[in-house]
Amino acid sequence: MNIYIRPEYEVVRDENRCIACRVCERQCANEVHRFDPETGRMIAESDKCVNCHRCVCLCPTHALKIVKSDDTYKTNANWDNQTINEVYKQANSGGVLLSSMGNPKPYPVFWDKMLINASQVTNPPIDPLREPMETQLWLGRRSAAIERDEKGRLKNTLAPQLKLNVPILFSAMSYGSISYNAHESLARAAEELGTYYNTGEGGLHKDFYKYGKNTIVQVASGRFGVFEGYLESAAAIEIKMGQGAKPGIGGHLPGAKISADVSETRMIPQGVDAISPAPHHDIYSIEDLRQLVYSLKEATAYKKPVIVKIAAVHNIAAIASGIARSGADVIAIDGYRGGTGAAPTRIRDNVGIPIELALAEVDQRLRDEGIRDDVSILVGGSIRSSADVVKAIALGADACYIGTAALLALGCHLCRTCHAGRCNWGIATQRPDLVKRLNPDIGYKRLVNLVTAWNHEIQEMMGGMGINSIEALRGNRLMLRGLGLNEAELRILGIKYAGESM
Amino acid sequence: MRIDATNMHFADLNAAVRNDSEEEIVIENCIGQRYIAAGSSERHISVIGTPGNALGAYLNGTSVRVEGNVQEATGDTMNCGSIVVNGSAGDATGYAMRGGVILVRGDVGYRCGIHMKAYRENKPAIVIGGRAGSFLGEYQAGGTIVVLGDRRGGKPIIGNFCGTGMHGGEIYLRCEEIPPLLPAQVRAERVSELPEDVRSLIGAWCGAFGEGAAAYLNASYIRLVPNSANPYKQMYTDN
Repeated sequence: MNIYIRPEYEVVRDENRCIACRVCERQCANEVHRFDPETGRMIAESDKCVNCHRCVCLCPTHALKIVKSDDTYKTNANWDNQTINEVYKQANSGGVLLSSMGNPKPYPVFWDKMLINASQVTNPPIDPLREPMETQLWLGRRSAAIERDEKGRLKNTLAPQLKLNVPILFSAMSYGSISYNAHESLARAAEELGTYYNTGEGGLHKDFYKYGKNTIVQVASGRFGVFEGYLESAAAIEIKMGQGAKPGIGGHLPGAKISADVSETRMIPQGVDAISPAPHHDIYSIEDLRQLVYSLKEATAYKKPVIVKIAAVHNIAAIASGIARSGADVIAIDGYRGGTGAAPTRIRDNVGIPIELALAEVDQRLRDEGIRDDVSILVGGSIRSSADVVKAIALGADACYIGTAALLALGCHLCRTCHAGRCNWGIATQRPDLVKRLNPDIGYKRLVNLVTAWNHEIQEMMGGMGINSIEALRGNRLMLRGLGLNEAELRILGIKYAGESM
Repeated sequence: MRIDATNMHFADLNAAVRNDSEEEIVIENCIGQRYIAAGSSERHISVIGTPGNALGAYLNGTSVRVEGNVQEATGDTMNCGSIVVNGSAGDATGYAMRGGVILVRGDVGYRCGIHMKAYRENKPAIVIGGRAGSFLGEYQAGGTIVVLGDRRGGKPIIGNFCGTGMHGGEIYLRCEEIPPLLPAQVRAERVSELPEDVRSLIGAWCGAFGEGAAAYLNASYIRLVPNSANPYKQMYTDN
């Protein structure tokens, strides 16, 4: 017996506006809309609706809206509708609950409890429209031994560095989890912006090798698509140890999503599940991690920075300290709100810690141990605006990864149903008829627009603080004040309360 | 070129190999230097002594022969080429290898062939002369592993948890009985006749170490294959 679960959202059609043009029907891969020839009207089945707003956006007469259903079980502050429905779903199926995108639960967002400083009277703000405002930066190990050759000239002992024109990179999203056109949009935008996109664990499509100098390639436990040419083509190599949306568990791309093209890119057979085990089975310690870091450096003749990506978890500072000593050039930390193409709901919503707290702890620990300059710090999961970027850098990050925000720019409406593979916006799908809805010529421009706009805003905020270089903002926590935070939160973030003077 | 590796740091040794223009390279007195031949293509490298971890990682066509034992993670993510070990190999041998062949005369440690995968013409293979440790072929997604079980002195041919999470490829064990305690993802069957590709793998192993092929070809084998290519299909419910 399956208990009927009423849909959370309902499709509402304004019959006075609807002209039965059937655009909604053609646009919906979930087959919500259909034309009834008997009445000559459109009918919607809300049960199938994932609330992706594709029909709402494309309806030429704006006749559609999606509303939250007012149907409710008897109100209960402990057992809300969602919690009850999840029990029903599991009792119906016996399955693990599977969700997509970042943790939507109402946990505190610490970005929104930090405020940025501005100069008044004693040190003047800078106007970025008339004075240079530097947002260019380099990622990589900065500490280098001073060595001279026999003529006394300084030898270049600096480790390889990644140059960024903006303090924003596109985070790892694999081909397979997102579409070819989404990848092309990210790659072209990264090239135009002077930054990087990240292949995720899905290999690098043969068409995208030409964007290699703006590409970070990932090496994860499944090693999909990893071979000499892949490593050689990239600007940097990222070892994925963990992901904020699902710390401690691996990945699993179902065989149904392994199309011919995805198969070729991942270098695995078509139709067979692609399983990334939870651990790297050759890594059980920092020494083992060091082995993987150096095997990659040896394979690429020490020409490329190696990034180690981890999820923000409880003992993050000690883990990051170990990574900084493993030979990695950059540590990427992914917070518990980071997105995903599919994760067990319980893991996504309950495992990991906020990126704000993790970042502050890591930066402080590396400073205390005198090894902060041995690595750069990248943070993601989730960075939602230019203000989040400024706050992250003031807390100690070198630059930020954006994933969800980039997908929103491409049309994603956060329906959180990526795992179904029927993305009506052509992003999280491999169905050719859906993929072609995302035009990379437009998609890449929208990404460039977003990051360019954020960069202007970052420059404005920096100017307001009287800071003219992004590197002078890094770890400058006096530029932040807390609001609505308790003592422990202020201590971990290393900031004063709003109104407190230096 | 001959390189005397005595007291050499791995970075210096590997730079010497990388920067050498000759196709044939012999490394003598190898004492645990790591990452030898990492990402290497179109070379013939002989190693005399004991190379360190990650020998032939991301190997891309080079052939490596070791006169001695090898340590952990030999042939990690190897793409093509060959590694011949005239000795025994440590843990995680052939981790995630996609192509090429690893021939080991003696035993292998834990997790040999873990996450090995095949792709089109790339069909990786590992032939083990002796015994294999636990977790042989864990998460195996493709390719062939053969365990000949030579000189095992009454001990089992494989350790525990062989083929856990296996979803592709095949494992051949030269033994009479189906080993006990195989995980649910694995289906075991007696082999009536060895397929030609497996015969030629065994032939290659015999050739590499000067063994007569008859005893190995005319023996009984057990074949392990996955029960399903989509082991996790039924595990989830949309939320």
